[in-house]
Amino acid sequence: MISNSLVYLIVLPLFSSAVLLLTGRRADRWGHILGTLAPGISFLIGLYQLAQMLGRSNEERAVTQKLFSWISVGSFQVDASLMLDQLSICFVLLITGVGTLIHIYSIAYMSHDHDRRRFFAYLNLFIAAMLLLVLGDSYLNLYVGWEGVGLASYLLIGFWNQKPTYATAAKKAFIANRVGDLGLSLAIMIAFASMGTVSFAGIKEHAGQASTGVLTAIGITLLIAATGKSAQFPLQAWLGDAMAGPTPVSALIHAATMVTAGVYLIVRSNFIFDAAPNAQLAVAIIGAITLMFGALIGTAKDDIKKALAASTMSQIGYMILGAGLGPAGYAFAIMHLLTHGFFKAGMFLGAGSVMHGMDDEVNMRRYGGLRKFLPITFATFGLGYLAIIGVPPFAGFYSKDKIIEVAFNSGGAKGVILGCAALLGAAITAFYMTRVMILTFAGSKRWDDKAHPHESPVLMWLPMVLLAVGSVTSGFLFTQGNSLQKWLAPVVEQSPAAEGELLKPAVVSILALLLVITGVGLAAMMYLRKPVPVQAPADVSIFTRIARRDLLQDEFNEAIFMRPGQKLAKALGIADNAVIDGAVRGVARLTQGTGRTLGLTQNGFVRSYAMWILLGAIGLLATIWAVTL
Amino acid sequence: MNPENYLYVSALLFSIGAVGVVVRRNAIVVFMCVELMLNAANLAFVTFARINGNLDGQVIAFFTMVVAACEVVVGLAIIVTIYRSRRSASVDEASLLKR
Amino acid sequence: MLLPLLGALFIATLSKSKELLAKQITFATTLLVAIVGVAMATQFQRDNVDLQFVESHSWIPTFGINFAVGIDGIALVLILLSVLLAPVVVLAGWNEATGGRWSVKTFYIILLILETMMIGVFAASDVFLFYVFFEAMLIPVYFLIGGYGSGARAAAAVKFLLYSLFGGLLMLASIIALYVLSGEQGGHTFDLGALSQLHLSSTTENLLFLGFFIAFAIKAPLWPFHTWLPDAADSATPGTSVLLLGVLDKVGTFGMIHYCLALFPHASKTFTPVIIVLAVISVIYGAFLAIGQKDFKRLIAFTSISHFGFITLGIFAMTSQGHSGATLYMFNHGFSTAALFLIAGWMSARRGSSKIADFGGLQRVTPIMAWSFFFAGMSSLALPGLSSFVSEFLVLVGTYTRYPVAAVIAAFGIVLAAIYILIPVQRALHGPSTEGNETLTDLNLREKVAIAPVLAIILALGFYPSPLLNVINPAAQHVITKAGYSDPLPTIGSTSAEKETINK
Repeated sequence: MISNSLVYLIVLPLFSSAVLLLTGRRADRWGHILGTLAPGISFLIGLYQLAQMLGRSNEERAVTQKLFSWISVGSFQVDASLMLDQLSICFVLLITGVGTLIHIYSIAYMSHDHDRRRFFAYLNLFIAAMLLLVLGDSYLNLYVGWEGVGLASYLLIGFWNQKPTYATAAKKAFIANRVGDLGLSLAIMIAFASMGTVSFAGIKEHAGQASTGVLTAIGITLLIAATGKSAQFPLQAWLGDAMAGPTPVSALIHAATMVTAGVYLIVRSNFIFDAAPNAQLAVAIIGAITLMFGALIGTAKDDIKKALAASTMSQIGYMILGAGLGPAGYAFAIMHLLTHGFFKAGMFLGAGSVMHGMDDEVNMRRYGGLRKFLPITFATFGLGYLAIIGVPPFAGFYSKDKIIEVAFNSGGAKGVILGCAALLGAAITAFYMTRVMILTFAGSKRWDDKAHPHESPVLMWLPMVLLAVGSVTSGFLFTQGNSLQKWLAPVVEQSPAAEGELLKPAVVSILALLLVITGVGLAAMMYLRKPVPVQAPADVSIFTRIARRDLLQDEFNEAIFMRPGQKLAKALGIADNAVIDGAVRGVARLTQGTGRTLGLTQNGFVRSYAMWILLGAIGLLATIWAVTL
Repeated sequence: MNPENYLYVSALLFSIGAVGVVVRRNAIVVFMCVELMLNAANLAFVTFARINGNLDGQVIAFFTMVVAACEVVVGLAIIVTIYRSRRSASVDEASLLKR
Repeated sequence: MLLPLLGALFIATLSKSKELLAKQITFATTLLVAIVGVAMATQFQRDNVDLQFVESHSWIPTFGINFAVGIDGIALVLILLSVLLAPVVVLAGWNEATGGRWSVKTFYIILLILETMMIGVFAASDVFLFYVFFEAMLIPVYFLIGGYGSGARAAAAVKFLLYSLFGGLLMLASIIALYVLSGEQGGHTFDLGALSQLHLSSTTENLLFLGFFIAFAIKAPLWPFHTWLPDAADSATPGTSVLLLGVLDKVGTFGMIHYCLALFPHASKTFTPVIIVLAVISVIYGAFLAIGQKDFKRLIAFTSISHFGFITLGIFAMTSQGHSGATLYMFNHGFSTAALFLIAGWMSARRGSSKIADFGGLQRVTPIMAWSFFFAGMSSLALPGLSSFVSEFLVLVGTYTRYPVAAVIAAFGIVLAAIYILIPVQRALHGPSTEGNETLTDLNLREKVAIAPVLAIILALGFYPSPLLNVINPAAQHVITKAGYSDPLPTIGSTSAEKETINK
């Protein structure tokens, strides 16, 4: 199917972004309205496309639009063309829907900021890039969006870059993302060298004939790309610092959409991973490691946004794990992605609302007892909380339990290990989220009298309410008659009939619930029974201290990459000067020296010249005489 | 008389001239030593002409004389000018051309 | 092509006091040349792989030297680059000639002469003529650096001149050898087409190849012949640096394609592994050195070394992607480096220093200048959607299909690129505005007009490079075929139709 309207999805926010950036201060008065309308209209177009799609039979639902021939050299032919299928439409609606809500929220949240127009320009740029990412029909088109969102994320993290630490955080995010991008570009190169094409359709067609080695190489490099963008182990360190950006950014980019691009990439490349079991296993392992890693960091963070960021990392770990489980897990990974988009965005907006009321204080130890002052925030945040820890019938219960279940049933020791990790992660999630809830909303007030907590304006709480509705209902809707699974079936391979289930779904649910209750109980015991100190206690175990420092991820990166890199750069600088330029200068000095030494003979005394001539003549004669003799 | 003896005289004259050029300071004397060397060469040329029985050497001797005459004109003029400006004809003092 | 020379002559007749008039005439001339150049480009038949716009006049008949010009797609792109950058440089560096050793008028005369040389060197189809332009080009640059630069300008100019002369002499020796050999094989000639038909023994060919290649490697500059570049770029005026890095250095890579590959296909094959290694070293080495730099101009110079590594890599990968990518890279690099250098020049002219540490928080003080710099930086680190990405990616893909290891190592350059661009961006543009920077003024109208087309071209070519690629592709394909290469086929999945065409 050909469609002509896909491009407007992207062009609208892009155009709006360009207008806002180019008109400068003149647009300050109406910039935010234009900026909000653009994704809003894109959302409507998305809905229209969905309606069209629903009206067609299952096989004909994907639509494409070719814009122009982008790069064409020899056999390397890449068109700028878009493709909207069942997988992309989920993302399109998530991006534009949640995006529009967050734009609305930002109107109020950023109303005091001098540069609100610029903020909306960046947000629009992000929406456009993210849409391009999910709509591109080849890896190279995806790559444009992929780096575009990285750029937008960089700009937004560094939005308040007059603070040096924020600017550093932005740089760190961009560079970590670049390492991931390196993976993606390598994947494209391998794909082109072995299959002669970079489009999804082309590679899917040829994947069957490719050797497992090639596919594994592509898979691993794609995984590197995903770890960079989705803050997965070992490229996870930037996400915590990325919270330097304004809170709506954290909600949109670093929770709901951009960081889930890695999951999209892996699910989109299902045909590669299905044919490369080793790469697929690596994906699952990375997912499992990260979900534990993030959860552990989450237990120790006092900064509400960083705690939520750690939680995001962990939840994306679940998605990656799901995507790494093959055909059985793709649909659930996407489902968790969508539900997570609702509840995590809602919670971040809630956190923003709390900060809004508390003079931008982020330390949860300085909150306490806020439920009386911010009732709507408390309610929406609470619903998100119930969703993330997986209490039925909230969204997280459906999506997360399914991933755990699939992990257990993936067979063998691998299944047991991955499943246990996921289960344990669920317990820790319950623990740290309960901790966040209690520290923020329950207990007694720990803020000083300067702060005047108040509920946020309607523009802020309305999006929160809508997102909360999503967190309550989405899980139920998606699983109703396996609707999402069936919807996605044409894109991802249909899951084969489950072979000998290790654990029944009910057993998994009960196990998970029990662990969740344990986690909640533990947190309640620790933080409700005795008052929380305003200063973080220093006499804690070494484990807590390590967790507070993000499990030493920064120390590791600095010790292994940054400092040797700096030293290398410095050493090369010196070596360049000393050795290469030194050699050149040496030649120059040698020439000069020779000239100077020989110049000494030019003493200006005629008689000495005459003597040299004489000696020369005698020497010459003597030589001739000696030779002829 | 053995023509070789003329060659010995010529070599002797040339050596005297060369040593004179190197050791003496007075420009006039240096100049005269140069003339001595030229004439030593002339003597040798004429001798060779005699030995070989052709006129080539004599022709060259005439050329040398012409060149020497020109040289005397230019050289003496320079020496006189230097003497006028410096009140001295020592070649060592005229070392302005060194670097 | 002769237009700038006429302009130069005209200015020479003006009196010294009429500085403004000299500037205006220069600008008008360069603009006119640019228009003529673009008009010529539209006349270019893109599918014709032979030389076009051929002109030949007998010059020194005794040695069979002709004033012969003619261009293919690759040369056309580079000529376009030269003629488009020239007016930008004039406009952007409106005041940079003041305070030089000689008058403002002289500066613009030299500039116009240089433009003539640049066009000539790309257009020449006679090897001797090429050599003459190649060497003669050094003279205006020498005076531009030595006369109007800053800092240790004389030393830098001498270093530049000696480096280039050294390479040039090696090339001259090779050219004379070619001439002599052509005499042995039926008729002395300097014509490029005729020379490429010579039969050479492999030793001779290797030696002659080295003579040419070292000259081009110094010019390009390729590691380890690069040390003149940072000094020269540091001392030259921003406008000169733009021409130096943006156009002059391209003569090196252009020469590799046009002369090394065409004249010595076998030797090129022999030395390819060595050159690939040098190119990869350049990519990584230049990037690391750029990271370590504390001065804007030197930093940009080192990034260029890294970029030239990419270009050389693309050329010697001997695939159509690599070749087209490399040529496109030359064009794009010209523009992104031009933007970086011009803005860095404006920044240091305002601040009186080009040390990165002296700046801070410019994004708040001078938003447009900061944004332009950021934009150019993004282009330099090859952000998709900007022009450099297309070329860099083509080079990498083209290299990968033949030399996967080299491509993978070079690909790390893209991570390093992010680091070396973001460090100055963070230090100079972000953060609180530091002392001495609060009162800097933003770009004025003239500067905006100068930089806007450059940035526009960067953006436009990022999304729609086809106009240039269509011109480059046939020429690049032709060069590769002549050098005896064809694209490696995908290991699997090449359709039966493709296989059939290859069987034929």
